[in-house]
Amino acid sequence: MTSGLLAALDAQTIVDATGLGAVYALMAVGIGLVFGVLRLVNFAYGQLVMVGAYTLAFTAAWPVAASIAACFVVVVALSMVMERAVFRPLRGESPAVMLVTTFAIAFVLQAAALLVDIRDDTIGEIATSIASFNQPVTLGGLEVRKITIASVVAAAVALGLLALLLTRTTAGLHMRAAAADFGTARLLGVNANRVIGLAVFLSGILAAAVAVILTVQNPFVGPDFALRETIVVLVGVVVGGIDRLWTATLGGFAIGFATGVINGVLPTDKSVYLPSLVFALVILVLLLRPGGLFAWGRQTAVERM
Amino acid sequence: MKRSLETAGQVLVPAALVVAVGIGSTLVSSANEIYFLDALVSVAIVVALYVFIGNSGVLSFGQISFVAVGAFAAGVMTIPLDSKTGVLPQLFPILRDHTIGNIASLLLAAAVGGLFAFLVGLPLMRLSGLAAGIATFAVLEITHNVLREWTRIGPGATTLALVPETTQALQATVGALVAIAVAFAYQRSRFGRMLRATREDAAAARGVGVSVHRERVLAFTVSGALAGFAGGLLVHELGSITTEQVYLELTFLTLAMLVVGGASSLWGAVLGALTVSGLSSFLAEAEQGVDIGATLDLPSGTRLIILGSIMALVLIVRPSGLTGGREFRLRR
Repeated sequence: MTSGLLAALDAQTIVDATGLGAVYALMAVGIGLVFGVLRLVNFAYGQLVMVGAYTLAFTAAWPVAASIAACFVVVVALSMVMERAVFRPLRGESPAVMLVTTFAIAFVLQAAALLVDIRDDTIGEIATSIASFNQPVTLGGLEVRKITIASVVAAAVALGLLALLLTRTTAGLHMRAAAADFGTARLLGVNANRVIGLAVFLSGILAAAVAVILTVQNPFVGPDFALRETIVVLVGVVVGGIDRLWTATLGGFAIGFATGVINGVLPTDKSVYLPSLVFALVILVLLLRPGGLFAWGRQTAVERM
Repeated sequence: MKRSLETAGQVLVPAALVVAVGIGSTLVSSANEIYFLDALVSVAIVVALYVFIGNSGVLSFGQISFVAVGAFAAGVMTIPLDSKTGVLPQLFPILRDHTIGNIASLLLAAAVGGLFAFLVGLPLMRLSGLAAGIATFAVLEITHNVLREWTRIGPGATTLALVPETTQALQATVGALVAIAVAFAYQRSRFGRMLRATREDAAAARGVGVSVHRERVLAFTVSGALAGFAGGLLVHELGSITTEQVYLELTFLTLAMLVVGGASSLWGAVLGALTVSGLSSFLAEAEQGVDIGATLDLPSGTRLIILGSIMALVLIVRPSGLTGGREFRLRR
């Protein structure tokens, strides 16, 4: 049995799982950045990605670069609007209230997308222009889709730039200070609105990048686009340890990678139970390490509703 | 005397509101009756959520799992025998060859929901905060996945149909009242008070000898039993059900009802459920065109946009909910 499992765990599975993990890691950073400064779990993050995907679909006739640029502009703008209209009035409220409010926002955006979408009497739009990036190339006997390479590279570059920003710039220092203790940081002269604005701006850019990657992988865009991914990433972020950006990111990558590997290893007739296995693993990890899988040697933050 | 009157008002006013909705359902056309029944079943579900979430202060996304197992237990066991072997041939023989009555099926739903919640709660109630939220969400995912795929215990991904539609005005009203009565009795009991103490200050409650884990498991079990019971009401209201109907959307909607009403009071749970489902029903009608002095005719699909916007607005303007998380009081 064990040898059978190991045989199934071939290089192809690893490559696919890494690609999935990279996309999830990008989303995890976007969610983790906002959580760091606002203590807000943004459930509507997936709807940012969804709006980006619709932008790509509706601008499919444009040149690819213009279409992608439009996606970034729209998503970042929506992200900033969300911060101003929803997150700002909610600052300091209990996590439950903030989370449920973002549910409501997600509801609204999804319903709005449906309304825009069904004007042509069919649900779903197809983003044709960028689908060509989905073609596979063969690398050393492995089928690797171009977008898998692109997402791994994008994740590495984005994380690298973010690391530089956070550790080498004043804005990054402010953001880390705000994430550690917002009250004290403000006393010491950190401008709250600017720090939060930057975090929301960056998380919007990441959402747009994820929108491009996911749309290439699945050009059929519907109102529930990226919903499933968001839920899984939120779970991964908490499992990894939401208190810190790095543990949250690793958590996002880990749940993507684990899903990919279990999916590759599981016999086909049992693969319908993939979600059960993944979530049973989630429960196990949470019970053993409630503060986060990667949160070594730290006391878990006390949280109260 | 005055104090006991206040206390009685805390449970009698929500109950009276529920009875009024129940009576209302018999006065309207049969096409509109479904909205009233929906509202009453929502009250039962949201009150079940409240028993755990409101009293413990721990967010759970998993209570709809217990609604789901209750609904499928009650549904599968009340399908008439002569049709059951035909529509659900793969069931375990014990499920396939027996059938039970309406009331028995509701009790079964409560028992199954309570037992499942107890077993899940034993390990999970050691968690707090976001970890508890995500772990209970994982329970919802696993429950949904298993119910959807395992055809020996239910219909799998197909629709469970032919369930007797016994949740009419009377059963819906009495069901919602039972949920309210149990929730009220629990929160007034010493167990409820101990749990509420842990919500306010876990360390201080531990200091006076309250076991946070034990009290949470108890509330989780009571909440699970009520949720299972509410699932039984739901399946008997609809007559047919799929696993998708007791999954994410219902979880978010009922949680929103609870938080919009005010999560830390029974009055908030009841008012939130009735307000949000009333609004939702009104908007659904308005999409068909409704006469309120002038004719209001919304384009179809706007219901969720308006409903979501209003919920977000309530939470932004009044984060502690419509009731401010307080029980009903005559005077401020």
